[in-house]
Amino acid sequence: MKEFQYTITDPIGLHARPAGLLVKEIGAFQSKVTVSANGKDADGKKLIMLMSLGIKKGMEVTCRIEGEDEEAAAEALQKFFKSNL
Amino acid sequence: MEKYTGKSVLKGIAVGKIYCYKKKNYTLEKTEVSDKKAEAGRFEEALEAAKEQLTALYEEALETVGEERAMIFEIHRMMLEDEDYLDTVRTAIGEGTNAEYAVNSAKEKYADLFASMDDEYMQARAADIRDISDRLINILAGVGEDTIHTDSPVIVLAEDLTPSETIRMDKSKILAFVTIRGSSNSHTAILARSMNLPSLVNTQMELNDGLNGKIAVVDGFNGEFLIEPQEELLEEMIRRKNKWETDTRELQLLKGKENITSDGRVISLYANIGSVKDVDAALEADAGGIGLFRSEFLYLGRNDYPTEEEQFRSYKAVLEKMNGRKVIIRTLDIGADKKVDYFQLEPEENPALGYRAIRICLDRPEIFITQLRAIYRASFYGTAAIMFPMIVSVDEIRRIKEIVNQVKTDLADEGCPIGDVELGIMVETPAAAVISDELAEEVEFFSIGTNDLTQYTLAVDRQNQKLESTCNTHHPAVLRLIEMTVRNGHEKGIWVGICGELAADTELTGMFLDMGVDELSVSPSSLLRVRKAVRDI
Repeated sequence: MKEFQYTITDPIGLHARPAGLLVKEIGAFQSKVTVSANGKDADGKKLIMLMSLGIKKGMEVTCRIEGEDEEAAAEALQKFFKSNL
Repeated sequence: MEKYTGKSVLKGIAVGKIYCYKKKNYTLEKTEVSDKKAEAGRFEEALEAAKEQLTALYEEALETVGEERAMIFEIHRMMLEDEDYLDTVRTAIGEGTNAEYAVNSAKEKYADLFASMDDEYMQARAADIRDISDRLINILAGVGEDTIHTDSPVIVLAEDLTPSETIRMDKSKILAFVTIRGSSNSHTAILARSMNLPSLVNTQMELNDGLNGKIAVVDGFNGEFLIEPQEELLEEMIRRKNKWETDTRELQLLKGKENITSDGRVISLYANIGSVKDVDAALEADAGGIGLFRSEFLYLGRNDYPTEEEQFRSYKAVLEKMNGRKVIIRTLDIGADKKVDYFQLEPEENPALGYRAIRICLDRPEIFITQLRAIYRASFYGTAAIMFPMIVSVDEIRRIKEIVNQVKTDLADEGCPIGDVELGIMVETPAAAVISDELAEEVEFFSIGTNDLTQYTLAVDRQNQKLESTCNTHHPAVLRLIEMTVRNGHEKGIWVGICGELAADTELTGMFLDMGVDELSVSPSSLLRVRKAVRDI
């Protein structure tokens, strides 16, 4: 399993647009991705639950990635968070 | 004539015939289904059809309103692929419920989830859940999405409009939207704005077919909807509409363009705002930032001082909406001429020369500290800057900075994150302009407040109508003080802007550029006009 933390710097947080892009990004991998913030977990492939985490600027988000392509997924997702959020 | 008022979405005028747009009726019913498998199949087909519709809408919107606005349809399509949402529907169907009712229960479940969140943006997402669910229900029930049927352009009057209905309508057939419900933050309002259609929402009137074909005026400047106005008024409105159309056609072309002269000089154009709700207008006008955020609205029209929390929320809202662009907040600028009884200010002979603005703040630091704490806490959520009004001496700035440093230390001790905040002053007294070389050593920017600078320099009361002719805003004394302030600022390496009414005076734009002014902050409605003036040089 791979895990990383990221603190959101985007002023609006995980709003609809980046949430949609994130789900797409995660969907490209086999691995199961769990996104946790605000004391709640969400399956990274499920847009509605992901948005309902209410992720805002300044919050720390934890991503846990488990599966055959976890190495590649973790790397791609870290890059995604840095450039979009 | 009938007259209704609503919330204006776009400042403009439309004149034309009313077209009442009605959604086809469908009454939701719960029925028992015996063939669950067939019902499930019916749902899967509807789901595919809905996704196809959304893909088509996305592509259509991509062409008409651009990628950023079109994204909403892409998000809707992705919501329709959400496993939790689909599971809720499929489970209900598996229990023998009809597909329409099953979708409706998923709609209520997830719309409630968003509606109960404590964030305004997320609450508005409940509307997206309702929109995608209604799309499915309409397909299942065979209620096709309707559009307008007309040969000549009309004013579309509707109960409410979904984004997809809005985008579906033939733009060449629409003069304006008027909706009886709806908010100015809805996707529909945003789309109307980007289509540059004068529109009103929340008019709270009755929708009846008798209105079809009647001549009406949508006045987005005053938020009024006039049905069958008298001939004279109608002619007057047509004149205003024609003028507005010619002006905007020219100005709208300037959105997204640089504020650059033909010989390559660039200036920043920011907007002046007086409350949180002005931010939308600033963004629509393509403002590079907020050059003057008057904080008085927090203090006026109430019985007690605004709390730190209240102020924090307002500043944070503006900073978040500006999405990283600079927001310059001017601290309290109040004196005996403003009606704020709880400040207990004594009546004065000359309030303009009296106990006001920074003078109150330095004398009653508790008021000042509350405001500064709120601004610094909010500064984490964007790019904030602070400017102090009515400065006349270096000593004042030093005393301000002591208080600011204390506030920052306290917040750091409390573990409260803050952003980098530029500190500047308003140059609006002749004293400040004259010693601007010394003041420039103490701050990071100047913003010249020309209204007060003119009145203090010329010793003319702005409110006195008899003195209007004496109050020459182009007086060489005022212009020389501006020029001197810019020069002194630049010599010390700080930037200098202008935020008074003079900033929007396009007769002076060329002179300001020659002086090397870095930024002009004007009302959102003047911004594109000033951009045009810059580009015409």
